[in-house]
Amino acid sequence: MQDPQRILIYAYGNPGRQDDGLGNRFVEEMEKWIRENNILNVELDSNYQLNIEDAVKISDKDLVFFVDASTEQIEDIRYAPVEPSEGRSEFTTHAASPAFILALCIKLYHKHPETYLLQIRGYEWEFKVGLSEKAEKNLSKAVEFMKAKLGKTRDF
Amino acid sequence: MGHKITIEPVTRVEGHGKVTIHLDDDGNVYQSRLHIVEFRGFERFVQGRPYWEMPVLVQRLCGICPVSHHLAAAKALDVIVGAGTGDGLTPTAEKMRRLMHYGQIFQSHSLHFFHLASPDIVFGIDGDPVTRNIIGIAMQNKDLAVQGVMMRKFGQEIIEATAGKKIHGTGAIPGGINKHLTVEERDRFLKGPDPVNIDKMIGWSQEAVDFFKDYHHKNKDFIDNFSVFPSNHLSLVRKDGAMDLYHGVLRAVDPEGKKILHDIDYQDYLSYIDEEVRAWSYMKFPYLKEYGKREGWYTVGPLARLNTAEFIPTPLAQKEFEVFKSYTNGKPNCMSMHMHWARLIEVLHAAEMMKELLNDPDITEGKLVVKGNKRNEGIGLIEAPRGTLFHHYEINGKDQIIMANLIVSTTNNNQPMNEAVNFIARNYISGKKEITEPMLNAVEVGIRAYDPCLSCATHAFGQMPLEISLYDSQNNLLDRKRK
Repeated sequence: MQDPQRILIYAYGNPGRQDDGLGNRFVEEMEKWIRENNILNVELDSNYQLNIEDAVKISDKDLVFFVDASTEQIEDIRYAPVEPSEGRSEFTTHAASPAFILALCIKLYHKHPETYLLQIRGYEWEFKVGLSEKAEKNLSKAVEFMKAKLGKTRDF
Repeated sequence: MGHKITIEPVTRVEGHGKVTIHLDDDGNVYQSRLHIVEFRGFERFVQGRPYWEMPVLVQRLCGICPVSHHLAAAKALDVIVGAGTGDGLTPTAEKMRRLMHYGQIFQSHSLHFFHLASPDIVFGIDGDPVTRNIIGIAMQNKDLAVQGVMMRKFGQEIIEATAGKKIHGTGAIPGGINKHLTVEERDRFLKGPDPVNIDKMIGWSQEAVDFFKDYHHKNKDFIDNFSVFPSNHLSLVRKDGAMDLYHGVLRAVDPEGKKILHDIDYQDYLSYIDEEVRAWSYMKFPYLKEYGKREGWYTVGPLARLNTAEFIPTPLAQKEFEVFKSYTNGKPNCMSMHMHWARLIEVLHAAEMMKELLNDPDITEGKLVVKGNKRNEGIGLIEAPRGTLFHHYEINGKDQIIMANLIVSTTNNNQPMNEAVNFIARNYISGKKEITEPMLNAVEVGIRAYDPCLSCATHAFGQMPLEISLYDSQNNLLDRKRK
């Protein structure tokens, strides 16, 4: 029997800034579902932002889903494959994009997982904990989307 | 016809800054300014909140250095709960907080050097922007890139183990800390398989210092002459003059090394420091009251700390400190690019400190919290990676915050960063008819040496492009470039 895929769901954002915490809440919701279903090959994590050490984290995975809030006027959620991009060093920002992390993983380890970015549209970004009403609805859609996605790939 | 050049990064919910460089009719720079938008709403936002929430609440400010805000707030609240003014905690609490803090210094400085600064050094300021990041480094020197990534990872893991979690850590609480390090955690950091152990981190830190010194030896002109200007320097130091990044008294020296702030108790900082508001910038300009707005501004951060301290209390970093000090014959070092040298010496010091703390039995056992007579006001200072960070709170009888004043490191470095921009503009752009990418890179490199944190908010997804606009003296747009 084939080993199950090693899957990572990795969200990022600051839950102290309202809808910027969409990714973090997404991980909490998925955690419950994964526990209830006794799924063993899916690792969940979240952080304020992506950074260079995350290249190590994804290097031993087969499939990675990055999850982030979006300020763009997308539909409620947007899902797309991530292509590696070396980008450029920005003025002062200390964070990195999924494409940059993927490119760094390739450079350092000569391998990379199949990688996707799930963006969830947010609306409010003030110094508050808790999602806006519209963001909550988008979160539910995103969670259902991911459950279906994992269902298709499941060999657990 | 006079020209105005604007370099403007555009961000999401981060703060943002722009540089304007004003040229006269002959193309010479007559004025340059760094404008930074700063979030000041936070100080009003916390009013009315229970004081004990602060160490967690302040982490909403910044996804880049939440640990520094966490600890500075906790230190201010130590005073409010009657746990002394920095030396009243239990040995366990103080050492756990120090371990958290040195983990933060270690990861933050490593990220800055390997990801943001070393590409400028390896590829030069006229290097292709696409390769000026850690991936570019990986293509040239894979070992160096791996070291950078793993050093950052190690520091992050120390923070997670001491703060309790990655996001909105809860480790430091008013009057102490809420957990010990487990023996398993300690042993993992001390004896983990290579490269995840403290001895490897110390070795790599030493190699990073050596890498910079070798580069400096081969590129003295650039490192010594790129952005040099006289400055006062301010930081915490231990009472005996040693470098101490967690606690101490406040000291400042002038460009000649004369003490101009005499090891004061920072609970009295308002008697010595004020902040000037200038119409063209949202960010204030702090200065020493005794020396006034024009002469009293100061630099904070790694370079300032090596200029104010008399010694470093760990052996390998002390050895490097002696080399560093001898380069300027013991006088304060005012060469902006030497900030990177100072930062790497602090990386080495932080690694040595982490080892010392991990080997201390107080880390894994002992009393966690002390309380005393409550006060209604507290001030907490810490040497954050980018420099001195001030948190000041007042509470009412219902334990609610009624006043908060935060002076963040990047605010303290506001005038020095403007001085750096001015120096570079005059030396790289004056007399030129066209603004080239290397000239703009030079401005960026000068500012980046200070590792400014403009976010105080969250991550920035996507690009943070530079938009360059060229105006004539009538503010007509002549040209605009985005890169």
